Amino acid sequence: MNSRTYLDAGGRAPLHPAGTQALAAALAEGWADPRRLHSEGRRARALLEGAREAFAEVLGCRTEEVHLAPHHTAALHAGVEHVVEGRRRQGRRTVLSAVERGALHAAARFAGRDTEPDVVPVDSLGRVDLEAWARAVAAPGVGLAALQHANGEVGTRQPVEDAHAAASGAGVPLLVDAGASLGHVAVEPHWDLLTADPRDWGAPDGVAVLAVRARVRAGRVRPEDEDRWFPGGANVPAALAAAVTLRAVLADRDRAAATRRGQVGRIRAAAAAVPDTEVLGHPDDALPHVLTFSCLYVDGEALTAELDRRGFAVGSGSACTSSALEPSHVLAAMGALTHGNVRVALPRDLPDDEVERFCRELPDAVAAVRRLLGVTGL
Amino acid sequence: MTAARDEGDEAPRSTTELDARGLRCPLPVIRLARLATEAPAGSDVLVRWTDPAAAHDIPAWARMRGHTVVATHLPTDGADHGTTLVHLRGDDEGPAPAGADPS
Repeated sequence: MNSRTYLDAGGRAPLHPAGTQALAAALAEGWADPRRLHSEGRRARALLEGAREAFAEVLGCRTEEVHLAPHHTAALHAGVEHVVEGRRRQGRRTVLSAVERGALHAAARFAGRDTEPDVVPVDSLGRVDLEAWARAVAAPGVGLAALQHANGEVGTRQPVEDAHAAASGAGVPLLVDAGASLGHVAVEPHWDLLTADPRDWGAPDGVAVLAVRARVRAGRVRPEDEDRWFPGGANVPAALAAAVTLRAVLADRDRAAATRRGQVGRIRAAAAAVPDTEVLGHPDDALPHVLTFSCLYVDGEALTAELDRRGFAVGSGSACTSSALEPSHVLAAMGALTHGNVRVALPRDLPDDEVERFCRELPDAVAAVRRLLGVTGL
Repeated sequence: MTAARDEGDEAPRSTTELDARGLRCPLPVIRLARLATEAPAGSDVLVRWTDPAAAHDIPAWARMRGHTVVATHLPTDGADHGTTLVHLRGDDEGPAPAGADPS
């Protein structure tokens, strides 16, 4: 099979041509150390400041509120650690939804020390329980609240505006993980800290965004450095490439979203027609390009391999597809079937006929895996 | 088949045990589904498992097939395996849920 269709763009999208072009230009112009005072250093600094200004404009914040991390995981960790330390007198507990990224759960446990995070449940569509959330953020001892803008595994959007209002009412800063959203849908300014992942919108590796409102109290958790959030400073060429790519994807964001929403709708219908298959996540209030479903009596690893053999790269939240024994905590929190799971995150500009080919082959791929397991008629 | 349980005025229900210890997903659910086609409708199955996915997938299977999870015990407090007790839908307990496709 020579033809390849990449349907696993979440968190690592195929490179946007604007990003690769900008990276080459930025490497030529911005290779110097932006902390040095000669012309070459000042040129690199100007490029870096330009990138931060561009992010600030998109996010609706001030340039000095934008910090650049080496990786999205580092952005999440730094946001949690600094704020929990800064608010240690209020308490070290982090309130977060059950379907946040693993990196956020880990950071909340780590920064809390002896204080366990308060994990707020979600409904079967993956949406946080707002009443439980409001109670959790209003409890004593909370340093930080964290809620994703939308879930990158199942696509469901979170009620961020209401969650932010509840947190603000309790005097607790809210970190919004927009890592799966920015570049695909509008991200409203209902946050105190926000993270975004350029690799998710097709920019090259090497940078991620952590925006922190000036009003948020941050403690000191790293040795002293000119960049207190990410010591050593940012990757200048990667930052510029990320900003240029973001500008390019935002220029036709709504067109790309509409196209992919239509394509996801066709895959949703095809998956729902496969016997004993549950399509997961919110059907409407969701990211335009993400869809997840689980097939009963199917080994997720075998199905991923069967689809790969047929030319399709997909993701999976099934335990048997990861080195960990645990299945996706997102699927588990939703009460969804965790085995036989397939997650697609459509890249931009995917030809319709590749989507149609996936829809045609999916039922055969599932049937082939079920035949191997001898599970027909159960 | 093992001994029955007595729940108040209800007729005692027979309970079958399924040892799915050591099996990785999706095998515990597949074994359970096979057993469910043979066990009497309205009876109970106690599944013993070690794969963490079984804790989530047995209730999801039960929901899709119209059966009921009576109790789940996670392998905490020193136990080397977890258990899930499933009540199989009886003939008088209504039709299978929409979407279920027992082929």
